[in-house]
Amino acid sequence: MTLISDKLARFTTMLRIRMVEEMIAARYDEQEMRCPVHLSIGQEAIAAGVCAAFTRSDYLFSTHRSHAHYLAKGGDLPGLIAEIYGRNTGCVRGRGGSMHLCDLDVGILATMPIVGSTLPIATGAAFGSKLLGDQRVTVVFFGDGTTEEGVFSESLNFAALQQLPIVFICENNLYSVYSPLEVRQPARDRVALAAAHGITAALGDGDDVEAIFSLTENAVARARNGGGPSFLEFATYRWREHCGPHYDNDIGYRSEAEFLAWQQRDPLARTERELLASGELCAATLSDIKASLQDEIETAFTAAREAPFPDESTLFTDLFVPTELCVQAA
Amino acid sequence: MNVNNVEAVRATLHDALTRDERIVILGEDVGARGNVFLITKDFLQEFGPQRIVDTPLSESAIIGVAVGMAMDGLRPIAEIQFADFIFPAFNQIVGEAAKTRYRSNGDYTCPLVIRTPYGGGVRGALSHSISIEALFYHVPGLKIVAPAFPADVRGLLNAAIADPDPILFLEHKKTYRLARTDIADEAYTIPIGQADIKRSGTDLTVVSYGYFVHLALEAAAKLSSEDISVEVIDLRSIRPMDKTTILQSLSKTHRLLIIHEDHAFGGIGAEIAAMVASEALFELDAPIRRLCGPDVPAMGYAHALEDAYMISSEQMATAMREMVQF
Repeated sequence: MTLISDKLARFTTMLRIRMVEEMIAARYDEQEMRCPVHLSIGQEAIAAGVCAAFTRSDYLFSTHRSHAHYLAKGGDLPGLIAEIYGRNTGCVRGRGGSMHLCDLDVGILATMPIVGSTLPIATGAAFGSKLLGDQRVTVVFFGDGTTEEGVFSESLNFAALQQLPIVFICENNLYSVYSPLEVRQPARDRVALAAAHGITAALGDGDDVEAIFSLTENAVARARNGGGPSFLEFATYRWREHCGPHYDNDIGYRSEAEFLAWQQRDPLARTERELLASGELCAATLSDIKASLQDEIETAFTAAREAPFPDESTLFTDLFVPTELCVQAA
Repeated sequence: MNVNNVEAVRATLHDALTRDERIVILGEDVGARGNVFLITKDFLQEFGPQRIVDTPLSESAIIGVAVGMAMDGLRPIAEIQFADFIFPAFNQIVGEAAKTRYRSNGDYTCPLVIRTPYGGGVRGALSHSISIEALFYHVPGLKIVAPAFPADVRGLLNAAIADPDPILFLEHKKTYRLARTDIADEAYTIPIGQADIKRSGTDLTVVSYGYFVHLALEAAAKLSSEDISVEVIDLRSIRPMDKTTILQSLSKTHRLLIIHEDHAFGGIGAEIAAMVASEALFELDAPIRRLCGPDVPAMGYAHALEDAYMISSEQMATAMREMVQF
């Protein structure tokens, strides 16, 4: 039985992601955030629904489009914004920018923009959890394009073979940069593909945060009980351009009509409507939540813009642990 | 213990597995078979399938999984069955393992040893003979170790296992059963990045590593009867480079010959030559010379082709003579 407060929490997570991403988009052209940004607007339900099924100490890996996952898992907001501004207070102290997030306090081990690169590493983290018996479950987010990479198969095979506590989350937003799914893959069923690796697999509606949560909760419970890996694919759509703050329906690779059809399905508006209709949320509370989030977000942006850039002297830090220590450690 | 290189690797891995429960060996055929050179024979029975992991045939996943395990606090020792098979894992090694510590500002590290047999002269032909070191030499964040003698194998493998950063540990196939020596039983370490003068001399410095150190020593021994005194430096660690040992030797000999099996162009020798040119040019009494594998894509199979690729101790001796007579 899902508690009302949990549903509200998932809605708030979605709303917070949307508002953060909108703020990044609104301020990107100020030319202060200079790293590439891959916004998750339109895809918030998957991050919110999936991450709600994991605990703080579970591990998360993600891609270049990871702000939503980072926030939903509990990643530090000021650390994210400062990172995008390239500041020393960023979650990796300005070294990585938007695509290389990390927050060990909440199990966010790494986000990596090299497509597919995280899959075997996440599989290894899950393998480590199994060997250490630490009860952690790993979640790894990736897009439809990743299912075309060789390591997709290698990782699923390994995870199934070792019955690892990992949940593979495929966010199918239909495009890999500018290339639509149909020019990249035959009309194949990726759920069946995962299942063929011996992995429990299912397809879900990427706009339905509660259904996403429910599917993931089952997968996490199975993984934590030694039942092995799962693969979940969710249909979704990114509203903005692949990389950057703008819309790009005018450049020809996808149609305005397609975008509008998906926008009609807006997972955030849908959840808001449902909560208002059921009485689990009222207009006044919604207004309070929005005001509170707006305040939190503005504070994070202000802090980021006022924070110092990393010192040049950090260029060579953390390349290696000093060799003397290596020898002593023996 | 009296061991060859295969036995030195085996004994050192065995000690490490016994000493540290965080150590997990993974790779193709490392379990039931015990590795193609039988280095890990019977380890599976002794340590179990959670510590000795037979992996699928997937090099990218072997290294990627090891990186993830290392992030978890385990100490994976990943094996790539032959160095020639490492390329599917290139992204995981160069793109991820080498960056792990840097990308997280030291929040976590990647204590990973990648062991792989490399090198030619074993009739392995195009795809079981290559040297891979230069391809990884360029990558900050990786250390590359290539010991050639049992004592160095043991000390450097222990150091690599203890090291909190990723290390490519290269084992030349031709040295596996080349020589047998007495080495200490205890788990001593040799600092990574420290070369070793395998033979002292005054007329010429030879810098090499791997199998060719053995041949260079043969050549140097031959030349001593001609009153030519050759100093042979075994790098042992390819990167970090031990500049100090090389420069100190040159301040005595004033001549430098670099010998390696890997291709000349853009190779290890080029970097050493550049270092010496910029830091000790006026110490030199002769041009720096490199005696290296030819710049062809791979080692041929037929004896004539393999011999033409590998450098003999006679060829080394000739080059040494010419250098001293310059």
